Amino acid sequence: MKAKHQRLVLAVVALCGVVGAGVLAASALRDEAAYFRTPDEVAGGKAAVGEAMRLGGMVAKGSIVRQADGLTIRFVATDGKASVPVEYKGIVPDLFGEESGMVADGRMRADGTFVADRILAKHDERYMPPQMGDMPKDMKAAVKG
Amino acid sequence: MHAYANPTRFLAIARPLTPWLLGLGLLLVLAGGLAGLALVPGDYKQGETARILYVHVPSAWLGMGGWTSLAIAGLVQLVWRHPLAGIAARAIAVPGMLFTALCLATGSIWGKPTWGTWWEWDGRMTSMLVLLFLYAGFIALTNGDDAQRQGGALSRGAAIYALVGAINIPIINRSVIWWNSLHQGPSITLGGSSIDGALLWPLGLTLAGFSLLFGAIVLMRMRRIIADNRVAARLRRLADEEE
Repeated sequence: MKAKHQRLVLAVVALCGVVGAGVLAASALRDEAAYFRTPDEVAGGKAAVGEAMRLGGMVAKGSIVRQADGLTIRFVATDGKASVPVEYKGIVPDLFGEESGMVADGRMRADGTFVADRILAKHDERYMPPQMGDMPKDMKAAVKG
Repeated sequence: MHAYANPTRFLAIARPLTPWLLGLGLLLVLAGGLAGLALVPGDYKQGETARILYVHVPSAWLGMGGWTSLAIAGLVQLVWRHPLAGIAARAIAVPGMLFTALCLATGSIWGKPTWGTWWEWDGRMTSMLVLLFLYAGFIALTNGDDAQRQGGALSRGAAIYALVGAINIPIINRSVIWWNSLHQGPSITLGGSSIDGALLWPLGLTLAGFSLLFGAIVLMRMRRIIADNRVAARLRRLADEEE
């Protein structure tokens, strides 16, 4: 075997090893590296009461209710499989709204409500002009052909 | 592949190519930037802040593409000992790091009004920051390693470092799919684009434009490294003659 081929084989073997190690590490990190927990995971008992965590999900349609003090809001975070009521006192980002994603820092209360200290809005991967954003979904599909 | 190993032959192509890449790149970036700022509508939800994507996406692409090329150059140097590979890797590192930094900066500026935060340690942002540090490490490793004596070749350690660092590239790419993250999922996939066509086309212009600019910067830096090597070699010869 020529020296060049020997080096090539060595490099390829080493590269496969490194990639394998990386994939293994990444998949082992799967749960730990998650930025937030979903309502489904919370319902599955993954969140202990009082443990600091992040909850991420969609704000359910029609669920935002402003409380009498004018500052506190309550809404339901959902991932389609489960939902968790959330309570938050403070200012929310502009993009926070119903039927869009959010991530909340906080902890579970014994009554099953998630009490948030901070709320971030999550943006999805869709970008479109304003006129189309106001259209109902089926109309959008019709326009797009 | 060794046909272009001769720096003279490489320079015969690189020299006339540089102004074309530079001019066309600047033109496309300017056109795409103006179109992105003035011609296309803002996003239905984010409004005007969405326009930063015309810089953010090409920066991310070049930051990651830069390391991919750097790793390939490392492999070519390790296996084939191609004399231009090390020079190319050195030339790529600085603009690669620059675009990675630009990606992080534009993302942060966009994140504040969109998410409500400048920085969060989610999978996408953390792995992109790791890429920035990888570039810094590579530059530190290859800077002042007496490159001129080696004809610009990388040390074996630097070449292996470039290869091992490449593992971060698929991690950045998959980070928003493997782990739930604050950063949104990919907008443009093999299956199509979830960026509407009305907002998408300037991105094509800036992507092509920044890529051509990147190529021009790399060629210019490679030419500089070759010139430095020649000066060093000539000085060495002169010094030898005097002895």
